[in-house]
Amino acid sequence: MASGIKDKVVILGMGCSKFGERWDASPADLMVEAFEECIADAGIEKKDIEMGWFGAGIDAYNVGASALPLSLALRLSNIPVTKVENMCATGTEAFRGAVYAVASGACDIALALGVEKLKDVGYGGLPQRTRGVENDMFWPNLSAPGSFAQLASGYRAKHGLDKAELKRAMAHVSVKSHANGAKNPKAHLRREITEEQAINAPYIAEPIGLYDCCGVSDGSACAIVTTPEIARRLGKTDLVSVKALQLAVSNGDEASFSDWDGSYLKTTRIAAQRAYNEAGIRKPREEISMTEVHDCFSITELVTMEDLQLSDEGQAVRDVLNGDFDADGRIPCQIDGGLKCFGHPIGASGLRMIYENYLQFQGRAGDRQLSDPRLALNHNLGGFPHQNICSISIIGRYE
Amino acid sequence: MFGITAYGAYIPRSRLSRTAIADANDWFDASLRGLAKGERSTCNWDEDTITMAVEAGQDCLSVLDADSVDTLYLASTTLPFLDRQNSVVVSQALNLGDRLRTMDVSASQRAATSALIAMLEAGHSDKRTAMLVASEHRRTRCGSRAEMLWGDGAAALGVGNENVIAEYLGSETYVNDFVDHYRGEDSTLDYEWEERWIRDEGYLKSVPQAASRLLEKVGVKAGDIAHFVLASDQAKTPLAVAKKLEIPAQAVVDNRIASMGVAGAAHPIVLLTAALETARPGELILLAGFGQGTDVVLFKATDQIGKRRPKTGFAGALERRRPDDNYNRFLSFNNLVERETGKRGELDKQSYLAAMYRRKDLLTAFIGGKCRECGTVQIPRDNYCVNPECGALDSQDDYPMSTIPGRVKTWTADRLTFDWNPPAYFGLVEFEGGGRLMMDFTEVEEGSIEAGVAVSLHFRIRQFDNQRGFRKYFWKATPSGQ
Repeated sequence: MASGIKDKVVILGMGCSKFGERWDASPADLMVEAFEECIADAGIEKKDIEMGWFGAGIDAYNVGASALPLSLALRLSNIPVTKVENMCATGTEAFRGAVYAVASGACDIALALGVEKLKDVGYGGLPQRTRGVENDMFWPNLSAPGSFAQLASGYRAKHGLDKAELKRAMAHVSVKSHANGAKNPKAHLRREITEEQAINAPYIAEPIGLYDCCGVSDGSACAIVTTPEIARRLGKTDLVSVKALQLAVSNGDEASFSDWDGSYLKTTRIAAQRAYNEAGIRKPREEISMTEVHDCFSITELVTMEDLQLSDEGQAVRDVLNGDFDADGRIPCQIDGGLKCFGHPIGASGLRMIYENYLQFQGRAGDRQLSDPRLALNHNLGGFPHQNICSISIIGRYE
Repeated sequence: MFGITAYGAYIPRSRLSRTAIADANDWFDASLRGLAKGERSTCNWDEDTITMAVEAGQDCLSVLDADSVDTLYLASTTLPFLDRQNSVVVSQALNLGDRLRTMDVSASQRAATSALIAMLEAGHSDKRTAMLVASEHRRTRCGSRAEMLWGDGAAALGVGNENVIAEYLGSETYVNDFVDHYRGEDSTLDYEWEERWIRDEGYLKSVPQAASRLLEKVGVKAGDIAHFVLASDQAKTPLAVAKKLEIPAQAVVDNRIASMGVAGAAHPIVLLTAALETARPGELILLAGFGQGTDVVLFKATDQIGKRRPKTGFAGALERRRPDDNYNRFLSFNNLVERETGKRGELDKQSYLAAMYRRKDLLTAFIGGKCRECGTVQIPRDNYCVNPECGALDSQDDYPMSTIPGRVKTWTADRLTFDWNPPAYFGLVEFEGGGRLMMDFTEVEEGSIEAGVAVSLHFRIRQFDNQRGFRKYFWKATPSGQ
C-alpha cells in the first residue's frame, strides 16, 4: 500500500512574476523574474538544483517545444530537465514532477517552473488552435468560455434554477475575486467591479459574460523543493509541506457514455476524494483554510465548491451569495484574485496557487493575509467539462 | 409497371426578402424594384449542393428502402468538386452502401431531366430502385436579376417498379445549341443574353418542338395534361409555352418564384415533387427541362400517388422557413464580399486526407459503434467499449446514427470562437438508445435551444479550407421543430 506524498517534501523557495499583459517581456524574461525571486527565497545557489521540471501549456504561441527553453533561459548546469504539458494542469504537473523526484530520493533539490506567454497572439482570449488532426474534423470550434458555459446550462437544468438567479451568483464570484485581486500587487486585474457590471457585461458565450472570464495573462511561477531534513539543515523554519498531489483524467465516460448531466466535474470529485484521503482530511469544510480553484470562469468556481464537498449539492448558489467563499467568509476562495484577477498564464497557474499558499502560511501575504491558515487546497482543470484533466494539490504547514 | 416510386424535397430554411435585395441595389438598377416581391431561398453558410442533396435524399428515403437503392445520380451545375465524385459523398452520407452505380450529371439546366431520362430508359427489371437527386446553389452577381429571381434547393426521386406512384409513359429530347447563358470553366457566375430573345427563340420554339414529338409518339392530347412542369425564371413564359402547345393554363405548375426562386438544374425536379404532391390518380404529368434543347418526360399518376408521402415533401420544405432581411449576410455566405473573419478565423484548415479517409464512417455517414458484449452505443466508435463495466476490445459493430433523434444535454452560444454565422451554437447531444457527442448545432433561432430540447441530425459543411479549395463535412444537430 502506497504511503502517499504527505509531508515527504517541503518548499524551499518560491517566486512568481507579475502577471498581466507583459508586452515588453519575453518568456525568458518572465522565467528569470520568477526564478530570481525563488532562488533568493530558497537561499541556495543555482548549481545546487539537481533536476528541473518545466511546464508550458501552449507550445505554438509560447516558448516552443522541449525543456530547452528553461535550461537556456536560466543557464542551468546541464541538469536533467523535463518538459510537461497537461493543459491547465501543466503548472501543477511541473510541481508534481519535482516533488516526486525529491520524494523518491532521486535528488535532494528540484526545480519546478511554469511559464506562459499568451499576449503575443494578437487578439483577446486564448489562442484558437488545433485540437489534433482527427478531432478538428468533427469537434465544434469550442472556445474555452464556450465549453465551460455549458456547465451553466447543465447546472440550471439539474437544479431548476432560473437564468437570473444563477447569473447573480456567478457575478458574486467575480466581484469577490476582483476585490481580492485589487489587494494583490502582482495581479493582472486590480480593479474592483460591481455585481451590476458583471451581470450587464456583453455575452462571450451564453451565459458567460466578460466579467465571468478570467484574465488571459503572461506570467511565470516557480518552486524549489527539497526534503524537510535538508530544509532544516539549510536553516529554514516555518516549513510548508506537500500534503497531497492528485490527478484525475477523463476516460470518455462523461462525453460518450454515462448519465453525466453536465452540471459538475466528475474528475474534480474523484481527485478531491483521493487528495483528502492522501492528506488525511476527513472534514474538508472544517480543515481547509483556503482554496485556490480553477476559476477560469465564474460558473466553474461555483460548481467546484460542490465538487470539493465545500458546499452541499445544489447549494453552491446559496453559499456563494451568502459570502461563504469571500475573503472574510467560511473558506476564502481566490484570496490572491484567482485566475480571474491574478491572471491565467496556463503553464504557471498551478504554481501560482501554491505560491499564494506559501505566502499565506509564512504570513507574507500583505493586505490579503488570512489569519492562521493551516491547509490550502489548489485545483486546476484542463480541457472541457465533458473531457478534462483535474489536478489537486493540498499544501500546509509542516508540523 | 415502371416509373417514379418516391420523391423528396429540400429547400433551405432561410428566405431572403427581395425587398432587402432591391433596397441595397436599386440605386444602380431601378428595374430591380419591379422584381422586389416575395422572397428567395438561400443556403446557410454551411449548406451547399451536396448537403442539400443529402437532405432531399433523406426525405425520399423516408418512403424507400435504402437497401433497394442500386443507383444514385446527382444532377447539378454547382457541384462543389470538379474532380471527386460528388454523388459518392451523397451516397455515403445516405448510407447506401458500397455496391451501387453513382454518377454526377452536370453542365446544363436540363442535367436533371437528362439524368432522369437515362434512368427511365435503362429500366429496372427487379425490385431495385434508382435514385436521382438534383440540387443547385448558384452564385449570382450583386444587384443582378438572377440574384433576385433565383433560389437554392434540391429534390430527389426514386425510380423502380414497386409501389409506382407515377408511371413512365415516354420521353423525348430535342437537342439544340441555344446559348441563352453560359458559365465558362474559370467562372463561378453565369453570363446571360436578352430575356425576350430567350423567350421567343428559346422556350417558345424548343419546348413545343420536343413536347409535340413526345405527345405524338405516345398518343396523348395536350389538352389532357393535368400538370405541366417547365422551370423558368421568366414568370409568364411557362404559360405562353402551354398556350402554344394547347395545354390548359391551369395545368401549368407555378414556378414558385415568389416563395423560393428558381433553383437552376434542380428546379424541374423540385417542381415535379410539387406536382406529385397534388396529382390525383390517372392524371398526366408532363415534365420539361430546358437548356441547349429540351427534355420532356410524360408520367401518369397511379392510385398509389396519395399513399406514399415523404416525411417533409415539397410543401413541408417550403413551409419550414426562416424569414431573413439581412442582404449583407447573404453576400457574406455566398462569398461575394471580402469578409473580416477575425484572427481566430485565420487558423489553418488543412485537410489531412488520410486521416479523413480513416474516419469517413464517422464523418460522412455518422456511424458509431454498438458493443456486441454489452449493447452500449458509442460515437465515435473506438477500440475499447466505453462502458467501464465492459471495456471489451474490438467489440463494436457499425451503428448508423444519422437518423436517430437526440436531446440537448448542455449547450452554449459562443461569441468568442470563429464562426461564419456567430454565435456558434454547440453542445452535448444524447441520442435515443444511447451514445452522446459534443457537436455543432445549426439552424438555431435565438431562444430555441435549452437542455432537453429534441434535435435531429443534418449533414453540413464543417469547415472551408480556402487556402486549398477544400471543404469538410460533418453532421450537426438542429432543434427538431426547425
